[in-house]
Amino acid sequence: MHSAEGSVLTGTHFIDGDVACAEGAIAAGCRFSAGYPITPSTEVVERLASRFPLVGGMFVQMEDELASSIAIIGAAWGGVKSMTVSSGPGISLMQEHIGYAAITETPSVWVNVQRGGPSTGLPTLPGQADMMQARWGSHGDYPMIALCPNSPQEAFDLTVVAFNLAEDYRTPVLLMLDEAVGHMLEKVVIPPAEQIEVRPRRYTRKPPSDYKAYECEQGSLVPDMAPAGKGYYFHVTGLTHDERGYPAMNAMEQDRLIRRLKEKVDRDADGPLRMVESSHLEGAQVLVVSYGITSRVAERAILEARAGGLKVGHLRLLTVWPFPEQLIRDLLDQGTIEHVVVPELNLGQVVLEVERVVSGRATVRRVSHAGGTVHEPKVILEAIEEVRR
Amino acid sequence: MTTDSKEVFSQPVNGQMEDWLRMDRMPHIWCPGCGIGTALNCFVRAVEASGIPREKLAIVSGIGCTGRVAGYVRLDSFHTTHGRAIPFATGLKLADPELNVVVFSGDGDLIAIGGNHFIHAARRNLNITVICINNFTYGMTGGQVAPTSPELTTATTTPYGNLEPPFNLAHLADSAGASYVARFTTFHVRPLVNCMKEALLKDGFSFVEVLSPCPTLFARRNRLGEGLDMQRLFKEKAVRRDGESTSSAYVDLEKGPIVIGKFKDRPRPAFLSVYNDAMRKALGPDRFKPYGPATMVEPED
Repeated sequence: MHSAEGSVLTGTHFIDGDVACAEGAIAAGCRFSAGYPITPSTEVVERLASRFPLVGGMFVQMEDELASSIAIIGAAWGGVKSMTVSSGPGISLMQEHIGYAAITETPSVWVNVQRGGPSTGLPTLPGQADMMQARWGSHGDYPMIALCPNSPQEAFDLTVVAFNLAEDYRTPVLLMLDEAVGHMLEKVVIPPAEQIEVRPRRYTRKPPSDYKAYECEQGSLVPDMAPAGKGYYFHVTGLTHDERGYPAMNAMEQDRLIRRLKEKVDRDADGPLRMVESSHLEGAQVLVVSYGITSRVAERAILEARAGGLKVGHLRLLTVWPFPEQLIRDLLDQGTIEHVVVPELNLGQVVLEVERVVSGRATVRRVSHAGGTVHEPKVILEAIEEVRR
Repeated sequence: MTTDSKEVFSQPVNGQMEDWLRMDRMPHIWCPGCGIGTALNCFVRAVEASGIPREKLAIVSGIGCTGRVAGYVRLDSFHTTHGRAIPFATGLKLADPELNVVVFSGDGDLIAIGGNHFIHAARRNLNITVICINNFTYGMTGGQVAPTSPELTTATTTPYGNLEPPFNLAHLADSAGASYVARFTTFHVRPLVNCMKEALLKDGFSFVEVLSPCPTLFARRNRLGEGLDMQRLFKEKAVRRDGESTSSAYVDLEKGPIVIGKFKDRPRPAFLSVYNDAMRKALGPDRFKPYGPATMVEPED
């Protein structure tokens, strides 16, 4: 299935990451969004508010982020692809419903245009300090898919991917932009509708009498949904539930449900969910692991280091969650990497995963930055050069 | 009340009440003497009387004793998070306008933690029906004070008496813009069925408050007796005043009166028609794509 004709703005545009994200959502088939104004993400919903009525969609400005974040879940169960968008404090308010979307297995896309935090922090300036919140912000164990674009083009592309993954895995997918990517104006090429792969919702083929809301087909860990309004009389709850979708208050059902939820995503961490970009990995002595806007600054530092004769490779994570741990182990297995450098606009978040996976097989150097602007390339360069000492 | 509800209530539920319930989930969690089951029974009768096709009716609850209604009734049913049944219903209704969406939840859920959503949905005049079981307390968590608890109520979190005045829910809904506002009790089952039916068929935001006994955690602690005693209290203190201004339609359990009736039934353009009309005007009929089931995700071939 591909994008709907007439709704996609095919062509070459000069737009920012927020607008590109909105266009990506439309191209992916999103037709409902609920949100609440917050800098620096507001431009996404402003764009949707003006574009949706032209393509059969609707944006509703809700009374707060609590409402926005569950309205999109209601819309998903009503049969429409849906998305909400926020930043900083708004994302904090939405955390409960990320967990609700995870346990009810509701396909949904959540955009976080990251700003400096905590609390009101730096509303107009970039940060990457919500990466661990993205993974663990709601209570309990649950799966997470989080993608990090580093340009307006990728904001478009990965928004489409996010919607497709939300359908494939029936889970909330977080799109982690940051203020810099969100407000950066660049060339964005939107392909013709027929070239944009769009995943349809996977509805059950069973009649209501045979349908169990959370029963998986053999080999699959993702149950099929039933459409509302068709006599399936299914039940959806945020309580731990059995295959029928009924509350089941016991350790056995908890174990079965929560392990399946985690496993359906985690088992594909180094499979279909692994999205990375890499350069100069072969024979690299130093590996820079980066994501989002920081990857573009890191690229400059890597170029300079390589010009100075250092063997530096770059691994950019487009998918940060689930973390591609096997990939990093494989890179270490090649036996050349002595030093791993992780620059990020926080005081050490994704680097914790890198340290866990590297597990002493190389030195791991954090290049922390509290946010508010991007790194100076020379700070990353200095960290790379430490390997000489 | 304009129509006589006797006729509605004298009809037995088509087939069996059991047909409307998920019998494989029985027994339910509600205490003996609780009014939620009575209200649910009235709701089923109202649905049957409304003529709404069963598969086109979806029910959304929040958290709490009343929040469990969604789990027991055989409809497309959604048990959501605490306080957020109304915004969930907002998304559900707007995704599929052909669905009749009912929010069935308690006073703490809808008016305390969910109060902001309640007034905004009423302001939007969103096309949903909200049924609020008001039992004056938090039952599920063990009898804490609620924003509907009468002054001086003894609750686990107000051991020396509640010092705050309660909300008048009907007045709140009315002021915020609801199309339809009514209040009855679990004693007044006939008019309750009828008003639930009217609310289901009303375009726009319709609100039905149902005063209901919580014998275990409210009545007992406040020397109001058992469930039946509260029903008697509803019977004796209730005064029916249809069309009464909601600002004076108070609930006074102690001295009375408990004002019940259909307070508001006004024509007011509902959210979806306002939206489609305004967009058609702003963008022109050629450019605007009306919002509706056509936007739904296509099932896989």
